[in-house]
Amino acid sequence: MSRLRHPTEDPVWAKVVILTLVGLFLVCVLILPLITVFFEATRKGLPAALEAIQNEDARAAIKLTLITAAITVPFNVVFGLCASWAIAKYEFPLKPFLITLIDLPFSVSPVVAGLIYVLVFGAQGWFGPWLLDHDIKIIFAVPGIVLATIFVTFPFVARELIPLMQEQGVDEEEAAVSMGASGLRTFWSVTAPNVRWGLLYGVLLCNARAMGEFGAVSVVSGHIRGLTNTMPLHVEILYNEYDFVGAFAVAALLCLLAIVTLVLKALLELVQPQSRPGRH
Amino acid sequence: MTISIRSVEKTFGRYPALNGVSLEIADGELLALLGPSGSGKTTLLRVIAGLEFPEKGQILYGDQDMTYTSAAARRVGFVFQQYALFRHMTVAKNVAFGLDVRKGQAKPSKSEITARVDELLKLVELGELGKRYPAQLSGGQRQRVALARALAVNPSVLLLDEPFGALDATVRKSLRKELRRIHDATGVTTIFVTHDQEEALELADRVAILNKGAIEQVGAPHEVHDNPVGAFVCGFVGESNRFEGAVKGGRFQSADIALPAPGVTDGAAVAFVRPHELVVAPADQSNLNIVTERIAPQGAVVRVDGATASGQRIEAAFARQNAGDLQPGAKLSLAADRSYVFSA
Repeated sequence: MSRLRHPTEDPVWAKVVILTLVGLFLVCVLILPLITVFFEATRKGLPAALEAIQNEDARAAIKLTLITAAITVPFNVVFGLCASWAIAKYEFPLKPFLITLIDLPFSVSPVVAGLIYVLVFGAQGWFGPWLLDHDIKIIFAVPGIVLATIFVTFPFVARELIPLMQEQGVDEEEAAVSMGASGLRTFWSVTAPNVRWGLLYGVLLCNARAMGEFGAVSVVSGHIRGLTNTMPLHVEILYNEYDFVGAFAVAALLCLLAIVTLVLKALLELVQPQSRPGRH
Repeated sequence: MTISIRSVEKTFGRYPALNGVSLEIADGELLALLGPSGSGKTTLLRVIAGLEFPEKGQILYGDQDMTYTSAAARRVGFVFQQYALFRHMTVAKNVAFGLDVRKGQAKPSKSEITARVDELLKLVELGELGKRYPAQLSGGQRQRVALARALAVNPSVLLLDEPFGALDATVRKSLRKELRRIHDATGVTTIFVTHDQEEALELADRVAILNKGAIEQVGAPHEVHDNPVGAFVCGFVGESNRFEGAVKGGRFQSADIALPAPGVTDGAAVAFVRPHELVVAPADQSNLNIVTERIAPQGAVVRVDGATASGQRIEAAFARQNAGDLQPGAKLSLAADRSYVFSA
């Protein structure tokens, strides 16, 4: 007699095939390359790899990446909170347009994003001559890199918060206000705690992307070693110069950052259900 | 606190939600705003609370004009339909919120707040649950927390939006009694919104019936039930059989029934007969003949569904002992003890 199956349960052979396919893809596309990165980085031994991420240019690149993330993430937190608050709690014309606009960086190639800033702030751009007159450098300098990174990363926090705030509606805020709470108090006591996990999650994703962004930053950076090179750009330069150990060592560092982010994200997902026990 | 609502008008876009509503609520009264969905009852409640502002008219608390005072400054207790408990705060913190947010002199000391919270949790019979989170409570318990939280600020008026809508039938019944008890214990002026007439009639001192943004009738539950002022109230409150016909010379006549209609002007009219006011009558005294389809004994009454020769559905309810031996498919002669006729 055949085993009784749930109507939507697949037969065993189908499960095996599907799981094998998924497993194969994961190994080929994700795990093998990741192993290669660490393997290549330590091909000439760990000291060589450590040396590669400690030389002056590498350190400058790491520092610039950290600075960029440190500016980008807070900016996007503020923007994300404002945008999602406006979208979830207010009714205004052009709201669907704003939501679509927030998604723009996801659909536009990062290279185009970089070019936009070159066209606006570059020497031949709209504000180029004015900026030149006032001795302000944006393109091929840190401000350009930060701008491009913000452009590429600004959907992350907002995208996390919008559905969360929309689902929660305004009932709790109205309850707080009806009990005499001020607007600021309502935000800190009611709104912020309700979205804190989504916010943290958005911050993590935003941070990961800010550190790893290549395309947009590559266009506006100018690749000046020790000055306008972020870690991903530094990897490319080293690789093009056949310094494979150096390239893979810095790449390994980026991978480590990514792995830390993923672990934090997984931890968040573990903690979340206990602190926010479902809807009510 | 008496609440006066004077010719309040409110529109959402081009859709009028309130059409010149006037209503006086006496100090310590328990009033129900009853109406179908879209009748404006929730909007009226929110206007009273200061969560919406009217375009025209006035809201007075006592003799103080509150029309454009913010919700935060009105000191109302508002219980939301879905309770809107703060999910990241314990029950005790939820209840304490209204006192916690006060500033300076107005803010009670920590021990005063704790004492007040304990007292309120005892009042709503949740004494032991102060440390729980909302998600760990049943629907009925959440409702009680919402009530305690609304009462914490000693509100001048307690406003409840469909307070029992999200609960199952048994819990709803017991909480209804509970709200009445709490109202009587605190004496706070209370207004609640409901679409459930049974709830309104059982619980309230007075019922205001709304339809299309206007008040149709205000009165004690038995008044609106027994003496409806119009076809809407009559059809909405209580069960009824509805007949469409015409009045001529003080008599209502439809395809199936003739009824007295003293004082009703001639012309098209609607008549209502309540199921329990239909009685079995000898053929020569009856004015309604039906063929029974379903006989359903329900507690003390027997409910009879049937249809007239013209196909009009009729519902009747007889006391069990008067019902005799009714069978589906039998012909039955009925007479209306009482009827309501209104010009259409």
